[in-house]
Amino acid sequence: MEILVASAIGIMTAAGLYLVLRLRTFPVILGMSLLTYAVNVFLFASGRLTTAAPPVLRDDMSVYTDPLPQALVLTAIVISFGMTAVVVMIGLGAFLGSNDDHVDDQPEGAQDQAEGQS
Amino acid sequence: MSLFFIVALPFFGALLPGLMNPAGRSACGGVTFTVSLAAFVGLLTNLPSVLAGEVVKVQVNWLPSLGLNFSLMLDGLGFFFAFLILGIGLLIIAYARHYLSRDDNMGEFFTYLLLFQGAMVGIVLSDNILLLLVFWELTSLSSFLLIGYWKHLPEGRQGARMALTVTGMGGLSMIAGMLLLGQIVGSYDLSVILSSRELIQADPRYLPALILILLGCFTKSAQFPFHFWLPHAMAAPTPVSAYLHSATMVKAGIFLMARMWPVLSGTPEWFAIVTTAGLITMVLGAVIALFKHDLKALLAFSTVSHLGLITMLLGTGTAFGALAAMFHILNHATFKAALFMSAGIIDHETHTRDIRRLGGLRRLMPITFAIATLAALSMAGIPLLNGFLSKEMMLEEAHHTVLFQSHWLVPALATLGSLFSAAYCFRLISHTFLGPVRDDYPSKPHDPGLGLWMPPSILVILVVVIGLAPFLAEPFVKLVTASVLGDTAEVPKAHFKIWHGLTPALYMSIIATVGGLLVLAAFKPLLKAWDAAPRPEAKVIFEAVIQIAVSTARGLILPLHNGAFTRYAAIGSVVMIAVGAYAWQTGTVGAPTRTVQAAGAVPIAGWAMLVAATVALMFLHRNRLFSLMLIGIVGLMVSIGFIFFSAPDLAMTQFTVEVVTIILLLLALNFLPKQTPVESTVLRRVRDAGVGIAGGLATFMLSYHYLLRDSVATPISEFHLANSYKGGGGTNVVNVILVDFRGFDTYGEIIVLGIAALLIYALTETLLNGPVRARLLNREPDLPQAGDTHPMMMVVLTRVMMPLVLLVGFYIFLRGHNEPGGGFIAGLIVSIAVVMQYMASGFAWTSARLKYPYHGVIGAGVLIAGFTGMGAWFFSKPFLTSDFTYVRIPPFQKFELATAALFDLGVFLAVVGAVMLSLESFSRLARRANMPDSEYPMDIDPSRTDPPPDKAGSMTQEGV
Repeated sequence: MEILVASAIGIMTAAGLYLVLRLRTFPVILGMSLLTYAVNVFLFASGRLTTAAPPVLRDDMSVYTDPLPQALVLTAIVISFGMTAVVVMIGLGAFLGSNDDHVDDQPEGAQDQAEGQS
Repeated sequence: MSLFFIVALPFFGALLPGLMNPAGRSACGGVTFTVSLAAFVGLLTNLPSVLAGEVVKVQVNWLPSLGLNFSLMLDGLGFFFAFLILGIGLLIIAYARHYLSRDDNMGEFFTYLLLFQGAMVGIVLSDNILLLLVFWELTSLSSFLLIGYWKHLPEGRQGARMALTVTGMGGLSMIAGMLLLGQIVGSYDLSVILSSRELIQADPRYLPALILILLGCFTKSAQFPFHFWLPHAMAAPTPVSAYLHSATMVKAGIFLMARMWPVLSGTPEWFAIVTTAGLITMVLGAVIALFKHDLKALLAFSTVSHLGLITMLLGTGTAFGALAAMFHILNHATFKAALFMSAGIIDHETHTRDIRRLGGLRRLMPITFAIATLAALSMAGIPLLNGFLSKEMMLEEAHHTVLFQSHWLVPALATLGSLFSAAYCFRLISHTFLGPVRDDYPSKPHDPGLGLWMPPSILVILVVVIGLAPFLAEPFVKLVTASVLGDTAEVPKAHFKIWHGLTPALYMSIIATVGGLLVLAAFKPLLKAWDAAPRPEAKVIFEAVIQIAVSTARGLILPLHNGAFTRYAAIGSVVMIAVGAYAWQTGTVGAPTRTVQAAGAVPIAGWAMLVAATVALMFLHRNRLFSLMLIGIVGLMVSIGFIFFSAPDLAMTQFTVEVVTIILLLLALNFLPKQTPVESTVLRRVRDAGVGIAGGLATFMLSYHYLLRDSVATPISEFHLANSYKGGGGTNVVNVILVDFRGFDTYGEIIVLGIAALLIYALTETLLNGPVRARLLNREPDLPQAGDTHPMMMVVLTRVMMPLVLLVGFYIFLRGHNEPGGGFIAGLIVSIAVVMQYMASGFAWTSARLKYPYHGVIGAGVLIAGFTGMGAWFFSKPFLTSDFTYVRIPPFQKFELATAALFDLGVFLAVVGAVMLSLESFSRLARRANMPDSEYPMDIDPSRTDPPPDKAGSMTQEGV
């Protein structure tokens, strides 16, 4: 099971990094979302993997999984939504303002080229 | 009054002028005057203790670990300067009320003035050098605002910038110097430092500390070679010049030299640096002043010259020098402020400050003439006025000073400086007021109203009174001198007298006055020679230096930051991976301590779906809509993974966040191109894949490594599990951690979330108010639009579901403390309920039915959470300490009431507000872009593009 989680983290990181290095804003945003998943799972897994032992106190239970990484990841998920929204807004604003969704600064006059592609 | 109030009053009072602005100029000036007056009276209440020779002290520990305490002290020196700052400040405020025109924003002006006043008072009352530095920097900043007050004038902006650059740089070097000083002594308290003279002067760090501190003083007090900023700061309104350059800002450097006098002075280094700089500044300033045609520029350079004089006196290191310096500070403040105000009156009445265009004003403006002439004669050092007394003392001191083994160097230069000083004073009087009345003034001059001439005349009365009866000022000046000297020397016995007999100083004085008259007589040829002589222009040099700095910075930064963000990202990733790999190589890896858990078929299937979706995303990301579906799968599988690994709260959060994220991305995709074109070369894609794989391998190895090993130290989670119910009153440990154990984190996080949403709102507003608006209005949808924008089935279904979803949200919220759920998740669920209405019934329909603006909801959430936290203060507990109890209301079972639930309510509201504000902002863009939104739900859009346009056109023609 450990290798499944670890490899999932690795694959999501790899795909995330690849997409972050793309040239247009939309794939970069997707890549960052993937990286967010990877990081959240990574942090969560630092509490080690335990099945069927949620950290909700019960009289008949004695073993619980580590609750602290869960609490930290929970807020991280919500915050990352806020950050994604900001990045999307910036990307969208840039596109609407210049009709160009390149991530890198473009040489002068390159905007017109981008106009035809949609 | 406590010293705290004296310092705090101007700062808090600075809030008032802006508020009083709409109430009129008199109210605005009046409130400022009252604030200053209160501080002034507060200062005077401390006079008895100061006169008794006591040092008034107050202290509040601020950052004791850094040695930074908010400690203030008031001794004779501090009282003297605070008296000048607040007293002349009062006159300036009264003057400025009448000086500023109706076009000037008076509230802004007085706000800056009070800020500056507070910072100055802070400097002179500080008993901690770190605190002093804080106030020091504040004067640089607030004087920047004051000098650049007339923002529409380029000279104002340039002058302000130059002043900030020069004094700011000096301030930085002073910070270094003060830190060195603090390290030498081992304390940052002035009282301790002032009593450690031997320790400081014996330390090898004395010289660097001295030079750094003097750099700060010299830049602030415009000493050569940093004198050039002061004349350019004259672009400020005259009240500012009169305030900054007579009594306050430029005296800050002098004050500090006087304050540090007991520990820093008396060494050969101090003597050589300070006396030389002062002497050069004095002579240079006086010579330049003579040839300035602008009244204020003339006064500016004369200020430079007089500051040089005071610096030189402090530099001699003798007690008599210090006495003369203190006396001259008092005299200079009175006559120079009066002169600046007179220059302002002349400017105000004639609309020019150019001496060449003036003359003969004595008949037209007799009051101004009297004020300016008395002040200028005092500055020239004419007997029976106060300038004469301190100038005599200066010449006397110069007569005894031996610099560079020369007995005549200092006296000769001091006489030369006085000569030119007398010359420009005579020029000021004769070329402005004497001579025939002209008929080509830009404006017909006459004496101004009482408000303008009253403040300078008060000062001139002082000039005359001190000049005639110097024994009145003597005890006070000696008291001040005593606190400058500390216990290093006795206050000189010499008395302030008009007639000392036939001393060398008297001869030097006579030479200076007669020479000054001769220079004035020969002014025309001298001016011609001066204009013909080549001389370096400080402003050009300054700007060249700044230009070189800017182009060097550009040359270094631009090639590195060329706008290729993907390159930065690639470099950043590779470096991080490399550093991690290095750390991995050099560390030690222990043996696995955990056993591998077997995976069943279901986990493997989930894993396979996640991996398949991720890999597909990598290859198929060019189809953007499809890639959204793929990322949805990834998110879903992650959520399921959370459930599987005992994290129900996380799963619920991830799942709901997934929904809103996808809606958000869909809203954005509405405007963005639907395809990503192929642009990168194969090589580049291989390179990026290489970076990705390296990063993926790194995280894989790291996580696999720790998944098989127990943590090195005992996790703190044991504490949380053990105390969740006992201390927090909840059985859902994750929720208790969020709202209780780590409530402060959560509080910060909801604030961040709220700020993010407000940022999105602000960006939307900017877009919709800018050129993008027109583009959006003209935008043609790039995909065919659905005919029924609000399908009836969806509308009915979402409306039926709404109360159910809200109920679920409420339930999730309530049970959060004991079961999976809580404010975050409930907030997301309620947001989804509202978003459904937006999607199904349309923006207009939904927003018309929402009573509360989302900003308000965010604010309410943060406030509720904050107030809940503060509630603990009433029980003398730290912020966010929670409490809970169990109550039973008869028909129900026993249930729990916890303050944490109130906090969670704040979290809930903040999340709802933030999510909805972000999504709403995006849809507002869409609303601008497309047709006006219909008021009615379930409508049919007649402009649908389903049937080809030509067919639709023919159908309309046929009337079908």
